[in-house]
Amino acid sequence: MRDVYIIGTGMTIFGEVWQSSLRDLYVEAALKAIGDAGVDHIDSMYVGTMSSGLFVGQEHIASLLSDYLGSGGIPSTRVESACASGGLSVRQAYFEIASGASDIVLAGGVEKMNDGGDVTYALATAADQEYEAFHGVTFPGLYAMIARAHMHQYGTTREMLAEIAVKNHENGADNPHAQFQMKITREAVLQSTMVADPLRLLDCSPVTDGAAAVILCSEEVARKSGHPLVKIRTSAQATGPIALHARKNPATIPAVATAAKKAYQAAGTTPEQLDLVEVHDCFTIAELVVLEELGLFARGKAGQAILDGQTRRSGKIPVNTSGGLKSKGHPVGATGVAQIIEIVEQLNHTAGKRQIEKARLGLAQNMGGSGGSCVIHILEGLS
Amino acid sequence: MIVPRYSREIPQRMRLEAGKCENCGYLAFPPRLICPECGHKDFSNVALKPEGKILTYTIIHVSADTFSTQTPFPVAVIETVEGARLTAQVADCHPDELAIGKKVRLMTRLIQRESRGGILMYGYKAVLIR
Repeated sequence: MRDVYIIGTGMTIFGEVWQSSLRDLYVEAALKAIGDAGVDHIDSMYVGTMSSGLFVGQEHIASLLSDYLGSGGIPSTRVESACASGGLSVRQAYFEIASGASDIVLAGGVEKMNDGGDVTYALATAADQEYEAFHGVTFPGLYAMIARAHMHQYGTTREMLAEIAVKNHENGADNPHAQFQMKITREAVLQSTMVADPLRLLDCSPVTDGAAAVILCSEEVARKSGHPLVKIRTSAQATGPIALHARKNPATIPAVATAAKKAYQAAGTTPEQLDLVEVHDCFTIAELVVLEELGLFARGKAGQAILDGQTRRSGKIPVNTSGGLKSKGHPVGATGVAQIIEIVEQLNHTAGKRQIEKARLGLAQNMGGSGGSCVIHILEGLS
Repeated sequence: MIVPRYSREIPQRMRLEAGKCENCGYLAFPPRLICPECGHKDFSNVALKPEGKILTYTIIHVSADTFSTQTPFPVAVIETVEGARLTAQVADCHPDELAIGKKVRLMTRLIQRESRGGILMYGYKAVLIR
């Protein structure tokens, strides 16, 4: 397997982007990434999207987007793993370069969620349709049940969860790409509208339109490009039961621990060596459980560490310096790619006010559904 | 949803039929072709006792359109007395009565109406054993 590098990134604004269609969003992000990389062609492309069919009624989008990108008929492949589709898109591009089949590959993700579809229904299709969604359970509902179980088993509190949203909005306030560039208070979280008890509106990531794209390449192309070198140390993936009830302990997300173990082994790193992480905080409880599954905190200990400020930019391990899904926005298919872009910016020391000093090793964790799939990338800045 | 898609789930939704692994005893609800615990492929068909306890729960305040006239409604992960797990609504209770560990009985209830054809779709809901 060859080493794989990232030499270009591109993102649209994240938010309610009424003026742009799905194809506009993807092509805008892709052109920015290609321009940033300074490459004159790409060998192939990937599109991560959860449900273009339910959100805008369009399937067969790998070809559509290749056409609108003016790519001249290169191979284009759509990948789907619910909200982990973006991370999986990068992973497919990684293998294509690592195998030697291609030298320059575009990995993008897109979701156009504000186009009139029943968003709650569409998202719930990432759960077991016949045995969860049939009974009326929603995505916030599934994570609310994880939260309730975690509170019961480990004494996790509402304040701990609220603090995650407060911290992520603090970071997002400094991110020009973020959907909600504003700070919020703990009181505002605790008094916001109930969505699925005990989770409230400000525990939930928003409904977002947006796209993100990166250019992956071989070492030879990366060195010739003159860009700072960001290497993908490893790409890991795992699956677990998509139904929450099929999990031995509903306070856990085992697919994350499985993927993390593979990632640390392949990269030869430990959680303590990471300088920052981007995690999949689709709901506040998701960030808390994921930090425990990643081995950054012992089970039942992440909540207190969060209250103590250990996951802030100034803390022991900065988490979601981008603002996370909560503040930056969560266009589901684009999220996994956007997480990687934040890590790249941090490793290139171009993250502005959000910059973590001496950032060298970063991890991006992207997951699908209530944790039925997980993709983890570890990136290293070599410059 | 077309009729066959609903009707093929009737053994589970109306009679709580599960597959019991002949090798390790794992209870698959719904039934599976291969045991996720031991890889064995022979199962016997067993009807679960309609009794269990709440492992975790939530109260849904914002639902998909199909359920929007029912909000707020509780949903729980339930473990039956044999150890099988399923997700179901908890009916006929005040949200304050719910707690992890509370015992429930599973009963046949109307779950939803299929949106275009209006087919009534039944299944199990839990009620608290008081």
